[in-house]
Amino acid sequence: MVAENTSSPISITLRVWRQAGPKQPGKFVDYQSANLNPNMSFLEMLDVVNDELTTKGEEPIAFAHDCREGICGTCSATINGKPHGPGVGIATCQVYMRSFRDGDIVTVEPFRARPFPVIKDLITDRSAFDQIQQAGGFITARAGSAPDANATPIPKGDADLAMDAATCIGCGACVAACKNASAMLFVAAKVSHLGLLPQGQAERDRRVLSMVQKMDELGFGNCTNFYECSAACPKLISHDFIARMNRDYLKAVIRSGLSPESVSVGGSA
Amino acid sequence: MATLESKVPSGPLADKWRKHKADIKLVNPANKRKYDIIVVGAGLAGASAASTLAELGYRVRNFVFHDSPRRAHSIAAQGGINAAKNYQNDGDSVYRLFYDTIKGGDYRSREANVHRLAEVSVNIIDQCVAQGVPFAREYGGLLANRSFGGAQVSRTFYARGQTGQQLLLGAYSALSRAIAEGLVEMHNRSEMLDLVLVNGQAKGIITRDLITGAIERHAADAVIVATGGYGNVFNLSTNAIGCNATAIWRAYKRGACFANPCFTQIHPTCIPVSGEYQSKLTLMSESLRNDGRIWVPKRKEDCAKEPGSIAEADRDYYLERMYPSFGNLAPRDISSRAAKRVCDEGRGVGQGGRGVYLDFADAIKRLGEAMVRERYGNLFDIYHEITAENAYRTPMRIYPASHYVMGGLWVDYNMMSNIPGLFVLGEANFSDHGANRLGASALMQGLADGYFVIPYTIGDYLATQKPGSRPSADGPEFKAAADNVTAITKRLLDNKGRQPVSHFHKRLGKIMWDYCGMARTKAGLEKALQEIPALRQEFWANVRVPGSADTLNQSLEQAARVADYMELGELLCLDALTREESCGSHFREEFQYPDGECKRDDEKFAHVAAWEYQGEGKAPLRNVEPLNFEFVKPSVRSYK
Repeated sequence: MVAENTSSPISITLRVWRQAGPKQPGKFVDYQSANLNPNMSFLEMLDVVNDELTTKGEEPIAFAHDCREGICGTCSATINGKPHGPGVGIATCQVYMRSFRDGDIVTVEPFRARPFPVIKDLITDRSAFDQIQQAGGFITARAGSAPDANATPIPKGDADLAMDAATCIGCGACVAACKNASAMLFVAAKVSHLGLLPQGQAERDRRVLSMVQKMDELGFGNCTNFYECSAACPKLISHDFIARMNRDYLKAVIRSGLSPESVSVGGSA
Repeated sequence: MATLESKVPSGPLADKWRKHKADIKLVNPANKRKYDIIVVGAGLAGASAASTLAELGYRVRNFVFHDSPRRAHSIAAQGGINAAKNYQNDGDSVYRLFYDTIKGGDYRSREANVHRLAEVSVNIIDQCVAQGVPFAREYGGLLANRSFGGAQVSRTFYARGQTGQQLLLGAYSALSRAIAEGLVEMHNRSEMLDLVLVNGQAKGIITRDLITGAIERHAADAVIVATGGYGNVFNLSTNAIGCNATAIWRAYKRGACFANPCFTQIHPTCIPVSGEYQSKLTLMSESLRNDGRIWVPKRKEDCAKEPGSIAEADRDYYLERMYPSFGNLAPRDISSRAAKRVCDEGRGVGQGGRGVYLDFADAIKRLGEAMVRERYGNLFDIYHEITAENAYRTPMRIYPASHYVMGGLWVDYNMMSNIPGLFVLGEANFSDHGANRLGASALMQGLADGYFVIPYTIGDYLATQKPGSRPSADGPEFKAAADNVTAITKRLLDNKGRQPVSHFHKRLGKIMWDYCGMARTKAGLEKALQEIPALRQEFWANVRVPGSADTLNQSLEQAARVADYMELGELLCLDALTREESCGSHFREEFQYPDGECKRDDEKFAHVAAWEYQGEGKAPLRNVEPLNFEFVKPSVRSYK
């Protein structure tokens, strides 16, 4: 929930995870951040703190950010124990200082998950998501080979549901929120988006088998139905998609037993 | 003096591209795998080019400064993508899309390029649907469309308010497949910091590994730069924080001409500035203007009142009043200037009087809140998060902000710059939008360039290069360029100044916005041309860049980008000063009609100004490519 628009300035104590590199130990460091306009964003507050650190000759806090409008999926901080901080259905860059009260201690740390190692301070390496995507998160359609876009009507309900899944921004909050560091919401979103569309049927079995296999290889855990992932998701992607993926996976496993050639995992497309 | 040969094929407009494809050289399939192509950037243009060239058999290396290609700023585009499908049966055609685009650009683009863009627009939609892009659909299952500024037909395809995201994820999925198959070698967190020329041809790049700080040399047979625009020269813009001009600026300093830098688009519907700390501005999609009505109070005294308490008769729906036939869907440049004008008159609303209302009360009455929510729900949510206001109850407040740039590196019809072997795609080039871009055309251009233009045209260059003639990255040209990059890095880090980079970026942005924003004057531009070099001097005397060169160092990354903006900003103002006319987004107050519309000077300025670097401290050379209008007659653009 967004609090009411207000303009009396607040001061907070920022407790930030500082870690110089992947192999160095990290620790929390406190910084005072005073006289903040509640309408400034959380990342703008970090900008201000960083400029102060720079002026003092200290190294600023490294944090991941880019579009600052909740769509690129770059920003990734756990604020007061919650990936992307207070609020529902938003990314870190959409947190505003009006969510905090004067005098609060605000703890900021990187997304914690073994498959997302810390690079520096609040920045983690989430390239595991790219690897899962490369394992099968696509519909093979060479440029130039496509039929007319309206050749295959798609019921609006299917298209809308595919779009619900496709809104995933690949931020990794689902993994950070899960006690098992499961990536199943991320994988399920892609599997469902493509599997719901007629264009995605040819590779449907291959896709789910390959992506799940890669997810397991990379050390992501399994889903144990706590649904913290959906609660932390900036796009509020439903955990129902995990059930859909499990069903797809089961069907694909059975079909691959009957006809392994047609769904063999890996190899060229 | 650079040679600017457009290479536009002769013949009837509609046959040019077909004829050109038949005439240009091909590389045979067995030879394609002998060529290395570097693609810098993985937005719509870069990712689509990388995956398509890989599908053709070329060996592709793709470089991005992001942690993943899926982060490129194309992802933030909201409204949609145009295509001349005429699925709505409302009179659209390739010719009409061509005409709207060339008129929308105020007759400052090449006819042949724009027509090609309109032709391939239809293929883009087919390609995206085949990839699984979940465009909005009607209940019958066919694709839905909406209308956008500057057009009187509905030709815009969309995926809620996240069209750019879905198109980019489509291109990213094609790229992912190519990476998995070993056809593309992906270099994430790797920033291009110099272009390498060997015998006058682009044969490689120098990058910095943003994690280890390693300066790396990469040789190739051709280099494609698709690194987006330079809108962040204004500091406050709708661009992502990381968007930068460094790749194209360093290419400029190696001899690539920079075309029409003063054509910068100020988008009319952004959330207004709220304070000094502000790091960026957020766009509210132009699609909102389909159903939202823009107004300000008729009287200054009403500006501080609750909008709901202002009677209908006391409101000025100024776009509907000034442009009755296009109304709230007038093109971006025109809508932006109109907003500025009413605010200059003292009739703006909100903080500092820099805002106008975008009101959905009528739409909610007509369509119901549920339908408005379905069409624009995520935009209303974004607005709520930022302002804590509910736009279903009270009108949005919006104001223009820097959003996109039409200018960029000069390219010929093949998308090749004046440096042989250097190709430039998407927003990074200047080619298709003239002096103003229409809504939903940036996505179209990025994907047209990557999927359907460069795969053909790059062959025409590569066929002239002997397979295996690629130079070694150990050569002296590579060493010199790498040394240049190391020297810039060292200079920034060794500087013993006191101020953080953001301090200078904000000041540069203010100069640019005040003197080279929505309205420009000779005196203002001359002032900017004095202030920018002074600020640049101060930057180098007083900037402090903490940290070291051999680790992840965001201050260093940002410092190098702002250093380049300090130079680019000056060129932008120089171009604006030299172009003594008003056209599209470039509004010189001295050149206007009595009603405040742009007064073009076709006699003197129906050309592309392509600036050529002459060395540090020397004035750049202004080359000219005349624009010949064979098929449309430039007229006074009217949306009344």
